[in-house]
Parts: sequence; C-alpha cells; structure tokens
Amino acid sequence: MSLLSVRDLAVTIGAAPILSGVSLDIDAGEVFGLVGESGSGKSMTALSLMGLLPEGARASGRVEYLGQNLLTLSERALTGLRGREIGMIFQEPMTALNPMKTIGDQVAETLVIHRAAGGAQARAVARERLARVGLPEDRFPLSLYPHELSGGQRQRVAIAMAIALRPRLLVADEPTTALDVTTQAQILDLLKGLAHDEGMALMLITHDLAVVAQMADRVAVMQAGRIVEAGATGDVFRRRSHPYTRSLLAAAGHRPARRRQALRDMLLSVEGAVREYMLPRPSAFAAHPRLRAVDGVSLTIRRGESLGLVGESGCGKSTLSRAILGLDPLQGGAIRLDGQAVTAGHRMPRALRAKMQVVFQDPYGSFDPRHRVERLVAEPFHLTGRPGDVRARVAAALEEVGLSAADMGKYIHEFSGGQRQRIAIARALIIRPDLIVLDEAVSALDLRVRAQVLDLLAGLQESHGLAYLFISHDLSVVRNITDRVLVMRRGRIVEEGGTEEVFAAPQDDYTRRLIAATPVIPAHLKEPDDAEPR
Amino acid sequence: MRPSFMLGLILSLLALAAALVSLVWTPHDVAALSIAEKLKPPSPMHWLGTDHFGRDIASMLMAGARTSIAVALVAVGIGMGAGVPLGLLAAARTGTLTDEVVMRGNDLIFAFPSLVIAILITAVFGPSAVNAIIAIGIFNIPVFARVARGGALGLWTLDFIRAAEVAGKGRTRISAEHILPNILNLLIVQGTIQFSLGVLAEAGLSYVGLGAQPPTPSWGRMLAEAQTMVTLAPHVAIFPGLAIVLTVLGLNLLGDGLRDRLDPRLGRGP
Repeated sequence: MSLLSVRDLAVTIGAAPILSGVSLDIDAGEVFGLVGESGSGKSMTALSLMGLLPEGARASGRVEYLGQNLLTLSERALTGLRGREIGMIFQEPMTALNPMKTIGDQVAETLVIHRAAGGAQARAVARERLARVGLPEDRFPLSLYPHELSGGQRQRVAIAMAIALRPRLLVADEPTTALDVTTQAQILDLLKGLAHDEGMALMLITHDLAVVAQMADRVAVMQAGRIVEAGATGDVFRRRSHPYTRSLLAAAGHRPARRRQALRDMLLSVEGAVREYMLPRPSAFAAHPRLRAVDGVSLTIRRGESLGLVGESGCGKSTLSRAILGLDPLQGGAIRLDGQAVTAGHRMPRALRAKMQVVFQDPYGSFDPRHRVERLVAEPFHLTGRPGDVRARVAAALEEVGLSAADMGKYIHEFSGGQRQRIAIARALIIRPDLIVLDEAVSALDLRVRAQVLDLLAGLQESHGLAYLFISHDLSVVRNITDRVLVMRRGRIVEEGGTEEVFAAPQDDYTRRLIAATPVIPAHLKEPDDAEPR
Repeated sequence: MRPSFMLGLILSLLALAAALVSLVWTPHDVAALSIAEKLKPPSPMHWLGTDHFGRDIASMLMAGARTSIAVALVAVGIGMGAGVPLGLLAAARTGTLTDEVVMRGNDLIFAFPSLVIAILITAVFGPSAVNAIIAIGIFNIPVFARVARGGALGLWTLDFIRAAEVAGKGRTRISAEHILPNILNLLIVQGTIQFSLGVLAEAGLSYVGLGAQPPTPSWGRMLAEAQTMVTLAPHVAIFPGLAIVLTVLGLNLLGDGLRDRLDPRLGRGP
C-alpha cells in the first residue's frame, strides 16, 4: 500500500474548478516531484493534502493517508496529523518563521504541541534536529532569532521544524525558489539526504524541471488543475507523451535564435565604479560603518552587444545597475554612456538619459496601478518631449512586443505576468534607446512565457541594434541570450569573458561553484526517445 | 456592501443633508425666541420640542449641523492641505535633514495636548468658530503628514517609481503623479476619521464656550445650555447629544467601511 494515495481529487472555489481528477500515489521513502507552471494547481494539491485549503474551497474525491481519508477527517484529527505525520515547508523562508521567537523555541514548539516531549527534552531534540539540517550547536545556538540568519539558514530551520517529529511525508512547496543557486544546491542535497536517511517520503513541488530531474524518483506534470502526465522521472522526460510536457521541456532548454551582431563602437563604459552605503551607527557617537556594495567595477558594452552580469543576491549587481541608470551617485570611478558622463539625479541631461531604459523583474510592481497602459508606455516621452503622434507610437510599440493597439485603454491589472513584461519592454523601446538594462527581467516568468520573451528580446535586438545589459542570478538564461558575461561577487567582478568560453571553461573558483550548483536536466534526459516529436 | 458601512453612510448623509437643507429652510426660525413656548416636549408643532428660550430644537440641530460640518471640513482641509505635502516631501527626501526636520516638527505638534492648546488659542485670540477651526486644523497636520509619509515610503521602493526616475522625472513630479494618487485611499479614510474627530472637537470647544458664539447655533453649546435643565426637560439635552453621537458614529463606520473597500490588498483594482 502506498503511503499517500490521492484519487480523483477535485477542488472548486465558488463555481471555478481549481483541481479536477487529480490522482497520484506516493510511496514511503520516495521523492515525488510535482511540476507545473504558476496557476497549474500544484500548491492547491499540497494544501488539500494538509486540509489547509483556503476559505470557500470545496474538495471532493479521496486523499488517503495510510488508508485514512483526510478529506473527511475532523479539524482536530487533522491537527494531530499535521506536523507529526505530514510536515510541510514553504517557499519563502523570510516569512515562514516567527521573528519574535528563537529558532530553538520554534523547532521545539512542534514537539510540545504534539505532546511528544516537554521543555528540556524538546529542546534537546530541537538541538539534534537543527544539527541534522546543518546548523551545528557551536555556530548556531538555539537562542538565535530568525533575523540573525541568512535565507538559506532560515530555510534549514523551517526544515528542522518540519522534520522535528520525523514525519513520514514531507511536502516541500517550492522550497528553494527564493534562494541563490549555491544555497539551493545545498538545501536540495539536504532534502534528498533526509528522505534517504530517515525513510521519509518527499513531495517536491516546483516549477523547475531541472530540479525535478535531479531529485525525483517519480514525477507528475500538472497543467490547469489536472495531472497530464505521470511516471518514473526518466520515462516522463524521455517519453514526453503529452504535448504540454513536450512544450515545457522545449521551453526549458530554449535558446533564442540570435545572430551575432557586428560589434560597433563603444556605448557604455564603467571604470572603477565604487558605491558605498552608510550603515547605521553601532552606537550613538560612533562613525557610520560603510558597506562597499560595488568595489572597483569596470565593464564595457558596445552597440548591439548583449552583456550578461551574473551573481547571487547581495553581490552588488542591482546597485551597479542603479548607478549605470543614473539613479544613484558613485563614490569613485566614472560611467560614460556614448562618451558622456552619467551623473545621478537632475544634473544628467535628459537627452543622455533617453539613450537607456530599463526592464525590471517584478511584472506586478513595475507599473502604476492607477494609470492606463497608454500613459504607462508613454512615460519615457518625458525625456524627449511628447511628440504629436503619441497614440500612434504607443500602438506601434505595443504591436512590436506582440500586443494589440486596443490594449492601450486597459489598466495593468488586466494583464498576465508575461504580458506585463511585454508592456515593460514596450515602455523601454518607445523612445528608441541604445541600451536596455534588463534587471532579472525574465526571472519571475513561467518557462514557456520566459522562452517567448527571450525570443522577443533577441528579435528586437536584431531589428533595432539594441545593446542589452542582462542582469540575472539564473545562469542558464544568461547563457542563452548573451555574448559576453561578467561574474560578480561581493562587489567585484571575478571573471569576465565570452559567454561560451566562461561556461565551458570557468577560470575562477567561484564561477565554477556557481556553474556546478546550477541545476541542469541531465544529458540522458534531454533528448526524447524518438528524436522526432510526434 | 456591509450593513455597518451602509449605516455609516446613511448617518453621515443625514447630517450633511440636515446642514444643507438648513441653509434654505428650517421648520422654525432658529433665532426666534418665544418664552411662552419654552421647554415644550416634542409635539407636531415642535418635532423635537423647544429649549429654555422656546427655540425649536429641530431647527437648531439642523443649523448646528452646518456649524459642525463646516468647522470639521475646514479643519480637515487645513490638515490635508499642509500635512499631505509635508508627508510627501519627507518621504521623497527620506533619511535627509528635510525628512528629520519635517517629521520631528510633527512630533512636536503631536506632543502638545490638542484640546488644551485649542483652549489656549481661543483664550488668547478670543472664542470664535474661526479660531476653533484653526486650532483643530493645526492638530490635523501631523496626522495627515504621517499617513502620507507612511504610505509613500512603501511606494517609493516599488519598481514603477524606479521606471519614472529612469524616465527622468524629478521627485516632486513623481510625488504628484504617482505617489499621491496611490495613497489617496489612505487619505480619504483618514480624512473621514479626522472629520469625526473634528465634529467632536468643535462640540467640545463650544461646550466650554470657546467655539462658535451665539447666535450661531452649535451642538456643543446647546448641550452646555441644557445641562442645568436635564432633570426638568431631558429632551433639551438628549437631542443635541444624540446628534453628536450619531454623526460621529456614522463617520467612524463610514471610515472603517471605506478602509475595507479601498484597501488595495483586498484585490479591488482602481
């Protein structure tokens, strides 16, 4: 008998079907991967296993845990199960912990709630569990608070909480999506080790096919509330019997067709850029300590070139981009765009500002919710003066990015994430800049949408001779869209070179670690069984 | 629409309607004294009875609503007019000396007990509705400055503000074009609540004789004049008291309801 057996699970909220006909089995000790794009119902599936569906949701079908139907169980019986038999970890380690309680108390709490142990004994178990997830006593005493830990360390605490009672099933909902690649690799290792050592089944929910390929014994692919394909990981990846699976896998390895642009004259040069932040005073009369976020960075971009800038969070890449955009002043060094000095604030001439635009990561925060698309896209005309044919130009820009002129009158909340990113690109394009800074511009998008947006960017580069500064933590994306790449760490550039050369033969230790940590779909799973898709 | 919001809306509109109607019509002349008719209980002739000078209480309440609403409205106007730009300025220059000076100045005003200062102002410049307005208005400034700054600070971190900066817009322009429309809902809610506090403050000042002077009708003064006769003719005190309570309650319910309806986190777009 399998540990967990879901049969014909259907969930509706009001009249809207969220899940329908979901069936899956998870055996003791196996790693089960559930993949799909956002909105496919992955998280809803996990929540219904735990009896944690949102208010107003109705579930039907059967969710059997060791023969017990969880859907009909009382809330009291469910609370007895959660944490003890089924543990869960979430995506966002920053909010999953209570900031007012020490990590020791939070791990021990699980034990106390389930009356598995009292005070001192619970703390002893907490100590042991924290050590098991890689937070040893000498460096991580129980008395630490969450804010004293990094994101990866917090996720370890969340895992320790989830496994405190050695549950038989651990549900992990996007456990590494918010983490850097090197941290992600460590957390995935830890989860796999836990599943193996403790005989715990792991249900791994993720949008990342490469993570599933590396981790899962069996995998189910979800689309629009249904499981469209399921089976042993190797089989699913090679067989690709469902068209959705095929399109997902194609999008994962997608390389936009790019013609190498003839390299022309220098567009942007950064020489020895230094950007320091003042930190809060440690005591009332001490001097402000300084943080060098960008420490002597030099780089150049030629017209028509794509330069990648990769690094983990906190390495200074966003700070550097703000300086390049003329939003923050530098404390040292110089930035020149098309031969003219870039300065922060009002002193920078508008004509110079008009030569560069930016596309941000968050498709939701990038637009004023109270303006219509026409006004949003036309905003950069502030730099050049409004031409007489604003409407025609906005319409043209929207059509260029694959939207229609009729979208002008809509508000931004009427668009999906991918469409918003297209609107952001239209806004950047409308004044015909020479350089577009793409600050994690595709990181928040689903695989297939991401592939489309990358194609769009590649096409626009060719037709407009644009130069891109492509900032990302995602090495696989950078590899597919850039000519040259810089690797940044702690405010410094540690490696620089042609993208293919750097990826094929990284010279720096850190680059090597980054590349090794980036999850990839193993080569033997990359090609379908029959090379010609049916 | 929730019932409490509905009730708040009705009560607030009722007070507003009474004030507006009183501009052109009241059941009786507000200033007409008729000693023979004094302290009459409610009757078809005088719906809410008469006071110790025989004036019609219903008419005085309607005219009093005008005073209350006018004072509260102008006081909120002063608070918003000065407080919101200050708050926006502080948020746009966060961490600078300007921010410090503006916000510490607000703290300074906050540190004074507002009604005591209002009493001081009216005591120095003489009691009048105008002085009451100024006194109440000044204390609205830091409230709106804080609300505006708090809302604006959150917005300043968003990418669409970054995009506006990249489009070469200055901080003042961004504050006006992007920040202000997005904190308007916060300001409307706070405005409703300050409005009810304004009504209360005006009644309080009039009660101690520092607000609107006779013959301008005022709910607070009606209460003050009625207090000696509470045992004799309770309706003279009850009706103005009820008018104050219901108006303030209505405005608070309205404010709470608006907060629920306008909160962008509840997913209702503009």
